[in-house]
Amino acid sequence: MARLHEYQGKELLREAGFQTPRGGVADTPGGARAIAERLGGRVVVKIQAWTTGRKAMGGVRFADDPDQAGHIAAELLAMKVGNFPVEQVLIEECIDIQDELFVSLSINERERRPMLLLAATGGSGIEDRAEQVQPIACPLDTGPREEEVRSFLASTPIDAALHEKLCSSICSVFAVARRHEARSVEINPLVTTPDGRVVAADCRMTIDDYAVFRHSELGIEIARELDHPPTQLERIAYKVEQADHRGTFYFAQLNTEPPAGSRGLVGFHGAGGGGSMMSMDAIVAEGFTIANFTDTSGNPSAGKVYRAARIILSQPGLCGYFGSGSGVASQEQFWSAYGLAKAFWELNLSIPAVIRLGGNSEDRAVDILEGACADLPAIVEGYRKDDSPREIARRFGELVDASREAGVEAWKPRRARMPEYVGPGRSYEINGGRVWINPAMDSASATRAAELSNGLLRVQGETLVPAVDAEEFAKRDSELIGCEVECRRGGLDAVFVELDIEGLE
Amino acid sequence: MAIIIDETKNVIVQGITGREGQARTQLMLGYGTSVVAGCTPGKAGQEVLGVPVFDTVADAQQHSRHVHGRDVDISVVLVPARFVKNAAIEAIEAGVKMLVLVPDRVPVWDAMEIAACAEKHQARFVGPNTLGVISPGRAVVGMIGGRAESAKAWFKPGRVGVISRSGGMSSSTAYYLGKAGIGTSTICHIGGDSVLGLRIPDVALMFEQDEQTDAIVLFGEIGGSMEEDLAELMRAGRVTKPVVAYIGGKAAKEGTRFSHAGAIIEGGKGTHAGKVKALSEAGAVVVESFGDLPEATGRVLAGQS
Repeated sequence: MARLHEYQGKELLREAGFQTPRGGVADTPGGARAIAERLGGRVVVKIQAWTTGRKAMGGVRFADDPDQAGHIAAELLAMKVGNFPVEQVLIEECIDIQDELFVSLSINERERRPMLLLAATGGSGIEDRAEQVQPIACPLDTGPREEEVRSFLASTPIDAALHEKLCSSICSVFAVARRHEARSVEINPLVTTPDGRVVAADCRMTIDDYAVFRHSELGIEIARELDHPPTQLERIAYKVEQADHRGTFYFAQLNTEPPAGSRGLVGFHGAGGGGSMMSMDAIVAEGFTIANFTDTSGNPSAGKVYRAARIILSQPGLCGYFGSGSGVASQEQFWSAYGLAKAFWELNLSIPAVIRLGGNSEDRAVDILEGACADLPAIVEGYRKDDSPREIARRFGELVDASREAGVEAWKPRRARMPEYVGPGRSYEINGGRVWINPAMDSASATRAAELSNGLLRVQGETLVPAVDAEEFAKRDSELIGCEVECRRGGLDAVFVELDIEGLE
Repeated sequence: MAIIIDETKNVIVQGITGREGQARTQLMLGYGTSVVAGCTPGKAGQEVLGVPVFDTVADAQQHSRHVHGRDVDISVVLVPARFVKNAAIEAIEAGVKMLVLVPDRVPVWDAMEIAACAEKHQARFVGPNTLGVISPGRAVVGMIGGRAESAKAWFKPGRVGVISRSGGMSSSTAYYLGKAGIGTSTICHIGGDSVLGLRIPDVALMFEQDEQTDAIVLFGEIGGSMEEDLAELMRAGRVTKPVVAYIGGKAAKEGTRFSHAGAIIEGGKGTHAGKVKALSEAGAVVVESFGDLPEATGRVLAGQS
């Protein structure tokens, strides 16, 4: 997650020369007590959670002694903010506050550059006092102009002796944001003290998801904005995405239970950001609830689509599987069809699936999907660009209703099936997995399988061996998945592509 | 006329020798785009599909002047995301005035640096994270359509300008319009990111000036303020051609990003309802379901004549 907690943001502020209250972070009441003891005197205990208005929800409390700090920490650590359980509290010394300022830097999409927002009144609810906020543009090469910051300070009642210090702190916010490639930095409030210090009393910082790769120092586990802590499946999906650069894969879990009145929980598999969102709207408009939002697009490998399908089908309670994207995809759609067909076969899919594969090579894609899934318990239907999302969402509803009437139960995640020769047979490494060759094959079968392998396998005696060098073979995972699916469609059990998904099962 | 791209424009491809570079060059050449050169450092002297390759954009610029009599008009950038900034700045400094930045996941501070450099040199850019721009029957930059024969079959020439925040949906929108007998002048995918070169209002102003565009169809999304800014231009009388819009993400919830970096509702801003309201009040026809776009556009065009 590319959002930093208050204590993490404050560390980055301190590196840039800011003063912050003395303190420490704890994940147990005992730890909180020890920090309070070390600080001495009255302390504040604050939940570390991505939310505004922590004070109003009772997430910021004061303690007069270490014991009280421990008790308060115990209560705060039992809190839940939205979908986030509170896992840490920050314990800090109380400081005497003279003046409070609101300082925020965010990226202004209209101006295509950062913008500082300043206000002379800090505290909660600043979002609702927009008229009191002074915007200051930050040209990338120079940062904010000091004259503008000074002129803002001159309009406040703050003692002029502190203006220089404040000006330099405010300008440093730009430097911090730039160094760590933040999308936003908010210090609310930046305070002055009676003894003439400038202190950052709070900090909220979000790092750009796309820049996290060059900021390993921040230790960000999942660079993705979600409204909950990453789930186990989201962690698994994120690893899959990172491991394969071919195409994008986005996975977010949304609902685990259908709300009252819903027609059911749907495994949702979109293709293309806008098309996925539009398709999500179409299926939700039919009265369904999506369990997850998934998007595989940008010409993904067959293995990426396969792994996405396996992850989607790790969610229990689904009444069906709905795939739809823009419908007029520039990418060759048969790779996605191979990936889906393989996953559906391995899981012996029992719930209806409606997949819109419109775009380049859509006829071939639909033929692969429907042909390969013909023997499954589930009805699997493929659609093309001339089938609208609304129509196929309606069709999905019909199939779900019919399957319920026929007694089909909600989806239970299950172990993937694989041929018996996986393990004892002979295998060859590919990216993220290996190809197993059926040892019990006659030479006629081997010949037919080799013909379906795009020149990647050749017959040697009564078995198959790679026809290209190991490095080239390893890269051709999509074609080998295609070969497996085509063999199966032809009634041939010749090869099996085992694809690893770290952490799944 | 069309906007941004037509068959008269000299186009270069940065990253032409890569997998993506070669595939997209094939599409562009096959569709009728005048691809005059490609760039990949260290690969000067090679050819890709008959297009000469140079080490630098400055060399490609020289070639364009000598052999094609004019400057390069557009550079299509097809290098990995982390190299986009340097490639784009190189092109801008070599005098290219329009860039198409295709890669996804370009860091936002890089995008801002490109924007600052473009502003300084009066250059403009589409993207990052764009599928590109196509003027049906004329030329394409980027990868819309995937294959030339698909692009030719899917998109019909005509008088409606399409602006989309989604790549796939720019194709879809134009395809379904074409199926309903409504052709398009230019289809522009502005990109899915939050900091973009050409934003929805910028492209709308280009269509406003284009004599071959009678109406604008918009595929908008939750997040950001571009749809609201277009509404403002309409209210101010700066965009007077009719606008028909669909806004995706009605079922999206706040605080979660839906694929596109720009598609996130934060602090109650950028909601579906807010965008629909702003555009409707400014006189746009906003359809509830994506499938209603062609019919609504047909009605708007009929009402004009």
